[in-house]
Amino acid sequence: MTEATRAIEAVWRIESARLIAGLARMVGDVGLAEDMAQDALVAALEKWPETGVPDNPGAWLMATAKNRAIDRLRREKTYERKREEVAHDTGALFAMERSDFEAAADDEIGDDLLALIFTCCHPLLSREARVALTLRLLGGLTTPEIASAFLTPEATVAQRLVRAKRTLRDAKVPFEVPRGAELDERLPSVLEVIYLVFNEGYAASAGEDWVRADLCEEALRLGRILAELAPREPEVHGLVALMEIQASRNAARRGPGGAPVLLLDQDRSRWDPLLIVRGRRALERAEALPGPLGPYGLQAAIAACHARALQAEDTDWVRIAALYDALAQIVPSPVVELNRAVALGMAFGPEAGLELLETIEDEPELANYHLLPSVRGDLLEKAGRDEEASAEFQRAAELATNERERDLLLSRAARR
Amino acid sequence: MRFMMLMYPQIEEADWQPSPEAVAAMGRYNEELQKAGMLLALDGLRPPSDGGSVSFDGEGKATVTDGPFAEAKEVVGGYWLIQARSKEEALEWASRCPDSNCRIEVRRIFEMEDFPQDVQDAYEGP
Repeated sequence: MTEATRAIEAVWRIESARLIAGLARMVGDVGLAEDMAQDALVAALEKWPETGVPDNPGAWLMATAKNRAIDRLRREKTYERKREEVAHDTGALFAMERSDFEAAADDEIGDDLLALIFTCCHPLLSREARVALTLRLLGGLTTPEIASAFLTPEATVAQRLVRAKRTLRDAKVPFEVPRGAELDERLPSVLEVIYLVFNEGYAASAGEDWVRADLCEEALRLGRILAELAPREPEVHGLVALMEIQASRNAARRGPGGAPVLLLDQDRSRWDPLLIVRGRRALERAEALPGPLGPYGLQAAIAACHARALQAEDTDWVRIAALYDALAQIVPSPVVELNRAVALGMAFGPEAGLELLETIEDEPELANYHLLPSVRGDLLEKAGRDEEASAEFQRAAELATNERERDLLLSRAARR
Repeated sequence: MRFMMLMYPQIEEADWQPSPEAVAAMGRYNEELQKAGMLLALDGLRPPSDGGSVSFDGEGKATVTDGPFAEAKEVVGGYWLIQARSKEEALEWASRCPDSNCRIEVRRIFEMEDFPQDVQDAYEGP
């Protein structure tokens, strides 16, 4: 790749989401909008190496996209048919010729971008499709990049994208920001997609392909963009806070050779103070809005408790147990209960944790989950019941799928 | 990856106080960075006469000098800390800065993973 091409790609990454969003507003179809935007990129790759990048590259790309789309449609015999096909609902193509994107107010562009986020994360689409479409249209990632980030064959991702765009078109999903009750209903899907992207990156081990680790940064970027576009939504800030604080532990999460280091064993001096501060600030924004914290806000508050403790021994476990309690009430799940048992054990002694574990030990969701016997083993060990603890660690090791974790559990089982 | 954009205004210390128009334009630019999800931190620096410098002579002996720094060709006026996906992207953002008379140096930030394991192990933290 030449230097000029790389520079154009950088502009593309900055501009493409807004460009696609603006075009989608006009034509009412994100697939078509993406094609138009791609045409403009091709034009830029032809022209800019000679002329240099224009002063306002966003406006240039938009004007070019519109002109090329009109030219292309005029050339095609099926112009009339296409026009009807394309001009459904909001965006008539005629309107597009007249519409003046450059004059559009800032908040309109923001609205378009928000509509694009909600469309990419539409509940009609499968989770995988939502993730792929979001990374493609909002992150400006190429299909090969998405494929390698998710360790998925390129053809699969390409198909997923084609099918997703077709689904949206066939269902005539309007290109708009949902309002009122519909917004409340659809926001979780958006947050879920962003957090999935984050976790995929977080799970990538050190030394792996940069594209995977970069997913964390991309998710953070998308979350921060969303926080600017929807500042009145506490859960958006909650999610941003959670991601910032989790990302702050990045340098401390792996020991020599890439072995995972548990939260309480991490060298806290390696936690990134800038991200912690940013996370806390985002959490404060969530707390300042009316209403109690939602699931992301509560998880962020728990993460903030850990971040506040300079040493693991300083952790406010009573508060963490209370936060897990609140979390269990709004999103009841055996996994949350398991975490609550850990917190209770730390706050009030192992018996309190063991007592809670008894209530969830028959949950089918936890039947093959190695952390259940692992947590029980830990609590039993603290209670001085060494033999029982050893048996639990042994059982946990049998269930663990990660080799490093299995080794750790076996060594704990053998300690007796 | 993260980048530090160091801004060197090409002005005399006497002109250090920016005009309302310049501040407004810079505010819009900072907002763009923020809306793009790229901005991590930023600050503007007071003039060099409010600061000082410490130089070491090669054998560890420190000499303190009050600002302004007569010997310096240019001085930092402020910085942005941004997250970007490539050096080119960071450079593109820098080139959108509304200040009409400055130089912006774009430098990638060292992350812990950039260091070999023995160097990482030697780090004790703040």
